[in-house]
Amino acid sequence: MQLLTSSIGRKIVMAITGQAMVLFAVVHLLGNSSIFGWLNGGINAYAEHLHSLPLPIIIAFRLVMLALVCIHIWFGIQLTIENRGGRPRQYAVKSVQKATFASENMIWTGCLLGLFLVYHLLHFTFQVTNPETAALQHLVPLHDQMVPNVLGMVVAGFSNFFVAFIYAVSLVVLFLHLSHGIQSFFQTLGWSCDKSQPIIVKLGTLVALVMFLGYVTIPLTIFAGILKG
Amino acid sequence: MSEHKTMTLTLIVWRQKNANDPGKFETYTAKEITEHHSFLEMLDVVNEDLINTGKEPIVFDHDCREGICGMCSQVINGAPHGGQDRTTVCQLHMRKFKDGDTIYIEPWRARAFPIVKDLIVDRSALDTIIQAGGYTSCHTGGVPDGNTIMIPKPIAEEATDAAECIGCGACVAGCPNGAAMLFTGAKVSQLALLPQGRPEAAARVKNMTEAMKECGFGNCTNHYECQVACPKGVNVKFIARMNREFIKAQFA
Repeated sequence: MQLLTSSIGRKIVMAITGQAMVLFAVVHLLGNSSIFGWLNGGINAYAEHLHSLPLPIIIAFRLVMLALVCIHIWFGIQLTIENRGGRPRQYAVKSVQKATFASENMIWTGCLLGLFLVYHLLHFTFQVTNPETAALQHLVPLHDQMVPNVLGMVVAGFSNFFVAFIYAVSLVVLFLHLSHGIQSFFQTLGWSCDKSQPIIVKLGTLVALVMFLGYVTIPLTIFAGILKG
Repeated sequence: MSEHKTMTLTLIVWRQKNANDPGKFETYTAKEITEHHSFLEMLDVVNEDLINTGKEPIVFDHDCREGICGMCSQVINGAPHGGQDRTTVCQLHMRKFKDGDTIYIEPWRARAFPIVKDLIVDRSALDTIIQAGGYTSCHTGGVPDGNTIMIPKPIAEEATDAAECIGCGACVAGCPNGAAMLFTGAKVSQLALLPQGRPEAAARVKNMTEAMKECGFGNCTNHYECQVACPKGVNVKFIARMNREFIKAQFA
């Protein structure tokens, strides 16, 4: 199948898996923002709402996300190795006009995000890094039932300087990765022309920036003591 | 004869005997250069000096010297064709430099462009891509009247913009991945835009991009360095158009 072997085909796979993860990250941010109280019951109610979905749907969703991540990483590494060989010897003078730090380091920002993802899942999803504050072990009353104390877990996590720092740095890395990745999606699928392309580059960076600011507000406000458990 | 102020420059030039030679930089001094010399004429002056002192002249590709043939191919201070907007090396003039400057001169560097000698690279991989594009169907028999196929002016102009590509390979040289996406995108688009190119469009984009991969060109990562390097200002919109054509071809 040409989609999985050709030059453009593999880029399309990278673009679609990447963009699907961006959409997930947008929804994830909207859901997480319930920690600021716009949802009755806050993030605990949001988490309980997700957990009360039928188990097959949760499992299927997680498998799809896992597949997206694995495919994106697999082709990312494969294409990068091919591309590094595309110019066997670098020029004596480096002259770069349009390439950016973000576009040149997609493989490294991607690897860092992969590592962060593993830590993030161990921290908040499987709750093995800090068992003393694991939400599943600490139920709190919500409306008329007992639910996992996600708010307590998140606040306890981000009150620690190193944890908050790791998240903040990872979010900078996410910003870099998305600032190139979002616009790349449109170019790779051919959804751009000479007039729209520079605008898409700017909008992609703007979306990445808004997502960075949205996400980083959570660890920052908790560490600064503004948002309390 | 009017007096010209002359300049003296230090050239650090890539010298390589053949494809198997590891190659190295050599330093030369270019003397008596005026601002009216083109970059290639400056090298002619240096080469004359080298020949007069019994040394091997610097070998470089050139032909028309009027910016249209696409033969000249030098990376000057890291920029293909010297980095002046929409200019080939032969149209780059020494007024862009000043007395005492040090200039690095290198060949196109890409896996798909093996070095033949010094600054000359073998660009036949680009011909392989063109050949993979195949033919366009046309009617035989009597000569048809001109303009029987109506083509809207904006479409005709866009096809001509793509056809501006002179096949010099600067896009490949400028691309950190050594990809030929701008070249191939321009060639695919120029035919895909016109009704005469439509009958074989799906096979053409598949075959040309496959040839591109097999020749050893890298993959596009949307740095857009190719557009900056292109002496004809071919826009990366043609890469987007080729991507569209490629997707359409999967369903054709």
